[in-house]
Amino acid sequence: MATKTRKKLTLTAGETYYRQFNEKIREAVDQGVTDFVLNDVNSQRYIATGLTGDLHFQVQGVPGQDMAAFMSGPTIRVLNNAQDGVGNTMDDGLVVVEGMAGDVIGYAMRGGRIYIKSDVGYRVGIHMKAYMEKLPVIVVGGKAGDFLGEYMAGGIILLLGMFSDKPDAPVAGRSLGTGMHGGVIYVRGEVPVTQLGPHLHSQPCDAEDMKIIRGIVADYAKELKLDAKKILAESFVKVRPFSHRPYGNLYVPA
Amino acid sequence: MLFQPINKNYHDYRIERDKDLCINCKVCIRQCAYEAHFWDEARQKVRHDNTKCVGCHRCEALCPTGALCIRLNESEFRPNACWRPIFMKNIYKQADTGGVLLAGMGSPVDIPVYWDNLLLDASQVTNPSIDPLREPMELKTFLGSKPDRVEFAAPAKGKKGKPKLTTKLAPQIELNYPIMFSAMSFGSINFNLHVAMARAATELGICYNTGEGGLHKSLYKYGKNTIVQVASGRFGVHAEYLNAGAGIEIKIGQGAKPGIGGHLPGEKINEKVSETRMIPVGSDAISPAPHHDIYSIEDLHQLIFALKEASRYRVPVSVKIAAVHNVAAIASGIVRAGADIVAIDGMRGGTGAAPAMIRDNVGIPIELAIAAVDQRLRDEGIRNRASIIAAGGTRCSADVVKAIALGADACYIGTAALLAVGCTLCGKCYTGKCPWGIATNDSKLSKRQNPDIAARKMANLIRAWGHEIEEMLGGMGLNSIESLRGNRDKLRAVGLSSTEMDILGVKHAGR
Repeated sequence: MATKTRKKLTLTAGETYYRQFNEKIREAVDQGVTDFVLNDVNSQRYIATGLTGDLHFQVQGVPGQDMAAFMSGPTIRVLNNAQDGVGNTMDDGLVVVEGMAGDVIGYAMRGGRIYIKSDVGYRVGIHMKAYMEKLPVIVVGGKAGDFLGEYMAGGIILLLGMFSDKPDAPVAGRSLGTGMHGGVIYVRGEVPVTQLGPHLHSQPCDAEDMKIIRGIVADYAKELKLDAKKILAESFVKVRPFSHRPYGNLYVPA
Repeated sequence: MLFQPINKNYHDYRIERDKDLCINCKVCIRQCAYEAHFWDEARQKVRHDNTKCVGCHRCEALCPTGALCIRLNESEFRPNACWRPIFMKNIYKQADTGGVLLAGMGSPVDIPVYWDNLLLDASQVTNPSIDPLREPMELKTFLGSKPDRVEFAAPAKGKKGKPKLTTKLAPQIELNYPIMFSAMSFGSINFNLHVAMARAATELGICYNTGEGGLHKSLYKYGKNTIVQVASGRFGVHAEYLNAGAGIEIKIGQGAKPGIGGHLPGEKINEKVSETRMIPVGSDAISPAPHHDIYSIEDLHQLIFALKEASRYRVPVSVKIAAVHNVAAIASGIVRAGADIVAIDGMRGGTGAAPAMIRDNVGIPIELAIAAVDQRLRDEGIRNRASIIAAGGTRCSADVVKAIALGADACYIGTAALLAVGCTLCGKCYTGKCPWGIATNDSKLSKRQNPDIAARKMANLIRAWGHEIEEMLGGMGLNSIESLRGNRDKLRAVGLSSTEMDILGVKHAGR
């Protein structure tokens, strides 16, 4: 397959309103630009939202809400923190955030990878899905807020708890994995049972799990220039759904 | 000692089999998905178990000799105006199981149906009525945000030509009839009916709504007549899907179950549904109660514009809510959040599954909701910014006409479309065993719906309603559906209180 010639463009967001800024990006994509450097981003929303294909973005500054929403394919590297809604219903591609990120990261994610270096907020990775080769992965290097992986139907969340600004917080907030009916959440070290959703419990990882974890950690460490060995120096536990039909017995025909 | 539950014989239906007519052909056995009919080897004849009958009438409809009749079980409890049998039977069931009462289809409870208390006007002597069979009649409807004002540029000095529109118009959905097929997800109803809805909508020049279960690849070609829905489960939502249709709808609420999410039972998740929804075969498809990225009007604004960004502002974005107490204020917020269409689903709207308590006790009738929303948006001077769609309990073309006179731009029909293909409102959609082949993904049952025949029936229904709407409009001396929109002077009430008439914005008949 012939490699597509890369075409670069540097844009400065500054005080440009997101609608104009994103339209500029889309027009550039239409004209064949593949590699973007976005400078001075000041919380402009929806960066790379709905974009598809082999595109690269380097974001300097802090991108706004819903970055990479519905995105299918592009790679984004954020050199700073990101706000809420990163990778909302994302379909494919890679998002690397070299700082922290806010709430609802990877909501209903369908594929691709989101790597966050540090902490994340509430309700991260909820209702992630998977089908055949489409397997979304979220890695959080720091700690997570409440409801991590709620309603999870597929995919993988890997929570490391290492690069955190919250030394006293538990590795995850309350109700981890509540209502999950597919997928798996791996946690480095231990996760206190008090933080898990109803009926869930953590189990030790087996060889198969460790193979998956090692693969993800290798990629994560490479993208964020971290020491994979250090990350893998600790043991891991997994949280899996107790049933594919957590509410199957709730009802009686009226 | 009891060897069967004490309420086993308190069943709802009785199967009556005419012994003289029955030829033991076993058609009823093959048709009944609930195994109410069975072959008695010892007696060499077809027999039945009344307790298993759900009252769908499939066997009765297909019995070649007309030997079957499904009746309500005549067994009667001591009459009690308070403790009606439904409450007693529900308690028996819940005492046995500890389960939440689950129901299907729209609420059967006896709350006022205001359509029945509203009457239409007709012209006499003055403002002559119009005969739509021989005179032009316009049902064309455009859904989307309309500008506050339009500006034109005159042709350059000395040059000939028409003035040019300079106002940039928002994207619109163009409909040949003010009626659309309501959101019924792929999964809740089967693929054959999605094909049928797509074909019927295309043939009619209207739209059908995908519901929240995504859109199968093979149906993308009907995109011009498709509204794609985005609900809290985000099933099948991706960039291509968002760009596949003529509009995008954010589903916040549903009239049959305001305030709660959905559980599409694992029984209905087969391979194809699993693929489209990206959840494992046999697991429940869970739609969270809220969208977890929407906790405020500002967050709704954020999702509306995420969808507009993802579709490059090419299509209107609709927001569907259930009709609830503060619906007018909520609708105002939705319009201000940037929605181009507000779809309001009344409490009689259908569902594949809802807890019976929610379905029968939460929400308000669509008639009051439409009137309140239309009035509120007018009072605030923002009615033009969004179209209003009325949904939930539209039974006939007169209901459509009344909804539009109350202020709706168009109606969504769901239950009526299913009735058109054979549904008998037995309300057991959540079992996944619909003997009519509608609310089921079992291949043996779903093949009972032939997409071609189903499409024809749906198209027939809308065409018939279209003719009737034209007749009613003509009778009122109107030649365009536009002239009826929000024209409450064309409505009069019978038997309503002054409060009800005040909310509906109509006078009593005789005034």
